[in-house]
Amino acid sequence: MQIQLNVNGHPRQVDVEADAPLLWVIRDELNLTGTKFGCGVGACGACTVHVNGKPVRSCVLPVSAVVDTQVTTIEGIGTEALSAVQAAWILHQVPQCGYCQSGVIMAVSALLASNPTPTEEELGAVITNICRCGTYTRMRAAVSSLAANGARK
Amino acid sequence: MISRRRVLLGGAAAAGTLIVGYALWPSGRIRRADRLAAKTGERFLAYWIKIADDDIVTVVIPHCDMGTGIFTALLQMAAEELGADWDKTRAETAPPDPLFANGALVEGFALGQAGMTRDSVPAFLQGSVFAAGNRLAQFMDIQVTGGSSAVRTTGVYGVRIAAAAAREMLIAAAADRLKAPLKAFHSEGSRVIHKPSGQSFRFGELAAAASRYSPSSHPALKPRSEYTLVGKAIPRIDIPAKVNGATQYGIDVQVPGMQYAAIKISPIVGGKLISVNEASIAGNPGIEKIIKLDDAVIVVADRFWRAQRAAEALKTVFGDAGNAAVSSDSIREQQLKALNQDSIKHEFSLGKGAKALQNQAAIERLYQVPYLAHAAMEPVNATALRKADGTLEVWAGSQDGLGARAFCAKTAGLHLEQVIFHLMPSGGAFGRRLPGLWNFLAYAVQAAMALPGTPVKLIFTREQDLRHDYYRPNVSSRFKATLNADGTPAAWVNEYTTDNGSNAEAHIVYEVPNQAYGAVKVATPVPVGPWRSVEFSWHGFFVESFIDELAHEAKADPLEYRRALLRHKPRHLAALELAATKAGWGAPLAPARARGIAMVECFGTIVVHVAEVEVSDDGALKVHRITSAVDCGLAVNPDGFKAQIEGAIVFGLSAALYGEITLSKGAVEQQNFPNYPVVRLKDCPAIEVHIIESDAPFGGGGEPGTPPVAPAVTNAIFAAAGIRIRELPINKHALKRGA
Repeated sequence: MQIQLNVNGHPRQVDVEADAPLLWVIRDELNLTGTKFGCGVGACGACTVHVNGKPVRSCVLPVSAVVDTQVTTIEGIGTEALSAVQAAWILHQVPQCGYCQSGVIMAVSALLASNPTPTEEELGAVITNICRCGTYTRMRAAVSSLAANGARK
Repeated sequence: MISRRRVLLGGAAAAGTLIVGYALWPSGRIRRADRLAAKTGERFLAYWIKIADDDIVTVVIPHCDMGTGIFTALLQMAAEELGADWDKTRAETAPPDPLFANGALVEGFALGQAGMTRDSVPAFLQGSVFAAGNRLAQFMDIQVTGGSSAVRTTGVYGVRIAAAAAREMLIAAAADRLKAPLKAFHSEGSRVIHKPSGQSFRFGELAAAASRYSPSSHPALKPRSEYTLVGKAIPRIDIPAKVNGATQYGIDVQVPGMQYAAIKISPIVGGKLISVNEASIAGNPGIEKIIKLDDAVIVVADRFWRAQRAAEALKTVFGDAGNAAVSSDSIREQQLKALNQDSIKHEFSLGKGAKALQNQAAIERLYQVPYLAHAAMEPVNATALRKADGTLEVWAGSQDGLGARAFCAKTAGLHLEQVIFHLMPSGGAFGRRLPGLWNFLAYAVQAAMALPGTPVKLIFTREQDLRHDYYRPNVSSRFKATLNADGTPAAWVNEYTTDNGSNAEAHIVYEVPNQAYGAVKVATPVPVGPWRSVEFSWHGFFVESFIDELAHEAKADPLEYRRALLRHKPRHLAALELAATKAGWGAPLAPARARGIAMVECFGTIVVHVAEVEVSDDGALKVHRITSAVDCGLAVNPDGFKAQIEGAIVFGLSAALYGEITLSKGAVEQQNFPNYPVVRLKDCPAIEVHIIESDAPFGGGGEPGTPPVAPAVTNAIFAAAGIRIRELPINKHALKRGA
């Protein structure tokens, strides 16, 4: 069926089943490959995108659920200049293989938008993405530098 | 991987040949490299080093990017020797062509095996330009990324020497222009400078003339004291493209007309495909083809989710290959039976060996580790296209681009020249993409061969990736020891199970007068393979647990006990000392908290971890902190090196706390992350890594941080709660105090 989407501020139309996973629609219909497949069961967070600014795991979300919403992928943030989260990720040299980081950056960006100064406990409770390279301590340092900036503003 | 490396080293040793090569090419090969990998306005000066008219130095790296930062480190080593301006350097992945086979890697391992360094190679052998290392690497189709080897072999024996040779060629070209002696020149900031006159030339101005000289096989290398780039924490060059989704991994490849494949492999190890009920997915949309293979069935569809859903719904019958009774428990029973034989041969002994135990009551302990999956974040995948002219094109992440190309050719029944292989960055690997572990390449090539003219992207689902891995082996290891009156060990006897032979990794660094080691092979049908730190991942846990138990028996402090056995090992002592000091060893802790220490030397690097854990009254375990001291000689990029140790700690901690692949009725039981848990942010301890600079040769970075994690944590649990964990993972055990 024809489905109207709004992805990264642009209207897009795709012709897929209503229950096609949003992840694969984003990757293979819209050719936005920054969003990753990690587990297919919503357990690892590699596929995290924003729907109306809220983080969702797109591998378990049917595409029909995002009609009339604003979907944002990693390609839709920091388009003019790097976002603060992306810049902090570079400053703290967070990524190793980098595969999980699109999802992590989307999850962290959404968290900081609603809570600019998360405690370490809040961060751990909300950011449940898996990084097999083990970059967690650097994620923490990067978020804590952003939180310090947020607190000063 | 393991067997191939053995063959190669065994062959060299058997022939009595000393392998000496400096990864430098004669001019004919350089011109071939130009045709293969140089763009307009650039040319190769030596193996791996290109210089362009606009001064840009490009290092062509015979490795894959799987996240360890080696492209940056190798570029630093090259730029250092060249005297290049860092901002004018680039790194490129080497084409998977025999011309770029990694001779330096082979040479590094061969010299290491012979206990030699480059400096100890006799001068008369240093001139061979087309060296045995290169010839062997080509013969073996090697471009491996593994063994924590990029810096200590490719960098040390290849890239930095090629770069130094290129610098000499640039200087020769400048000297010729000014008709001045060579020694009046030096290079800096991508210029060659004539000191007496102050005249200088850009690299780009000299490159064409410089390329007409032959690279020296033994150029002068910069002394460490003059390094300005090596040893500096330069930001990694790959990271900017990894924060905006720009890096294209194998799974991201898009080829016009591409179809998607999902696979169903025999759930029982070794099982063959008996039948497929194609009618069971007759109503599924988008199905292009159902491909029946020996032990699997592949469904090709126009979209991945359609292929995946059809593969899951497809009714299939697989045989059990006689493995229906195989389970993790049955394998453990086999291992214990094997270890209980009296006839285990000791392949290595010191002093009186096992005889030293005779007529004495020995302290005896048994340790066990389970199978583990690699579970890299990017599930294994490959894209392949059989073209109308009969050739094959493949896109995939692999820890050996050239080897993968040769493997695809062999799978397709083609010659190497008939296969184009695009080596893509890997979303993690940890050993999963090494030679010998290439089921994903084999299946993708077979799918492409069945669909000529159609590019096919085969993606393993997480379930397939986890259930059809080549696992870190399940190992049992028994120790017997006797103590002297002062509590130090008099005899140390270790017998362990193995999948493929004896392991030098079991041998201890501690001073014990009588030692004996024996391996007993236990054959199982379970596919196994190298997993970050390989044999050290189990022997590190065994040895560092047992030494801790001996310290306890001797009523000694675990740190002091180790120190007493390392009196002639100053680097090990310094690492122990630094880790202990930084961790506050001996300082009082909150109730229910304690520290544990462990040390493993591997891949040329010594790592000591001190774990600080808390075991609460209800048995809950929290790992609060890991303090690490690392002696890797000199870290080319200290921040990148620290990141590797941090990551290796988290990787080792996932395995120690929860990692376990089990088999039941011949099949792997775990399905996906919900029942193969790994450490997440909230469980990740604070990690501090302290690097010790020593004058030792460069050590490896990717793997050495993993082995000491599990024993540091279990030793800390013992100190906190008096519970000794001898079988991993830790979450199998109740941690109630006094339990």
